[in-house]
Amino acid sequence: MRRALERQRHILDFTLSSLARRRGRNLALLIVYTLVVFLLASVLFLAAALKREAALVLADTPDLIVQRLTAGRQDLVPIRYVESIARIRGVQAVEPRLWGYYFDSLSGATYTLMVSAALADHPGAILIGGGVSRRSEPGEPARPLGKGDVLPFKDADGGVLPLRVQGVFPAASELVTADLVLVSATDFRRLFAFPDGQATDLVVRVRNARERATVAAKISRLHPDSRPVLRDDILRTYEAVFDWRGGVIVLVLAGALLAFVILAWDKATGLSAEERREIGILKAIGWETSDVLLMKFWEGAAVSLCAFFLGVFLAYLHVFFTSSLLFEPFLKGWSVLYPRFRLTPQVQLGQLAVLFVLTVVPYTVATIVPSWRSATIDPDTVMRR
Amino acid sequence: MPARNADLFAAFLALGVLLVGLMLVDTALSRRLDEAATRQRRAIVTTLTLTDLCLTTETRSTRHPSLADLHTPFQDHPLALDRFPSGSLMVLPPHLRPREEAR
Repeated sequence: MRRALERQRHILDFTLSSLARRRGRNLALLIVYTLVVFLLASVLFLAAALKREAALVLADTPDLIVQRLTAGRQDLVPIRYVESIARIRGVQAVEPRLWGYYFDSLSGATYTLMVSAALADHPGAILIGGGVSRRSEPGEPARPLGKGDVLPFKDADGGVLPLRVQGVFPAASELVTADLVLVSATDFRRLFAFPDGQATDLVVRVRNARERATVAAKISRLHPDSRPVLRDDILRTYEAVFDWRGGVIVLVLAGALLAFVILAWDKATGLSAEERREIGILKAIGWETSDVLLMKFWEGAAVSLCAFFLGVFLAYLHVFFTSSLLFEPFLKGWSVLYPRFRLTPQVQLGQLAVLFVLTVVPYTVATIVPSWRSATIDPDTVMRR
Repeated sequence: MPARNADLFAAFLALGVLLVGLMLVDTALSRRLDEAATRQRRAIVTTLTLTDLCLTTETRSTRHPSLADLHTPFQDHPLALDRFPSGSLMVLPPHLRPREEAR
């Protein structure tokens, strides 16, 4: 046992010295390889953390949301639908929701405005999310808005409606409230000249979770212009987020695949003259074919294991400590408000195992195969070439 | 006596395994530490009947993907490809895909 271990150590010593002799080439290879693993691991970690967060946070999202479509576009729902939907067996409650988007021309940000029953008796008051509190106007020093500050809104008639901040949502809730502005129904209707007897959509509570789909089908039959969205649909939305078909994800995966094809191609098309001569000399001084293959195995394993550990570690720092700095420009896009959130790390052995199999194994195998050909031919022939 | 290459490499591998182990420990600890914040977010979602995570505020289809309009290629005008960067990270929700919509 000790002897076998010592043999491995000696071969590994020789392999690492051999890699060090071609330092520039192997360092470049290691950097590209690490980058490939880093990108794949970043996508994997970010998608898993977002999916977990969505599943936990949205677990109690409404059972059913009823929207209305007119000419293929989302439209306001008449509040009279509430009565007919409430009569469907299995429906516990139906409530209209009033919400929409407000473009703040002063800061260039878009807010999600929503009516809150808690502010029913407080017209003129608003509750804002962390992102809204950080809004700034060009030419003015950035100062976070707080309780008592006034935020001017432009109503549908062009007048100004000043609303006073009554509170700011806690920073920990930014993942759901960053752009949220809660207002009273009176202010909401005045801001948008929102017609009475209409709502943005309806929230339906269903007694039995297994009846949600049946209730949704009944609503569709009762109001053919409606579109019910089930809680499961909402949860599945985030299951599909960062799907491999997403534009950037396809680019990352295609880039990784291409890099791998190039690496594997480089290895599989054969060894360089220098490498072949090295094998010839080793065999001439008494190395067995199995020793040469072992050396080549360690060569592939050393490069790929280094790239794997470095790539995974950097991806972890990137996603969970820098809030996915590289993906941020895509999420931010043209928007002015950007939520600040730190995702709870979500790393599992299964994920790492998949990543390991996808990155380390193919490269190691691609290193051994061409060596097999050189290691089995006569050393004299190899050296003479 | 200078350290052998093999020993240095073994030490690097051990460090790598240790870091992976620390990541798993950090995952478990963070979950426990973030439990209160997650509960708070969940309570807000329940009280305000929210439906989506605020990952981006760029466009309606990525701010509220689950409630977005139906997506039809070129629906606004010919060659109207998605011009919002956030759209390149998030795909169409399954229930808004044309085949699902017809259910």
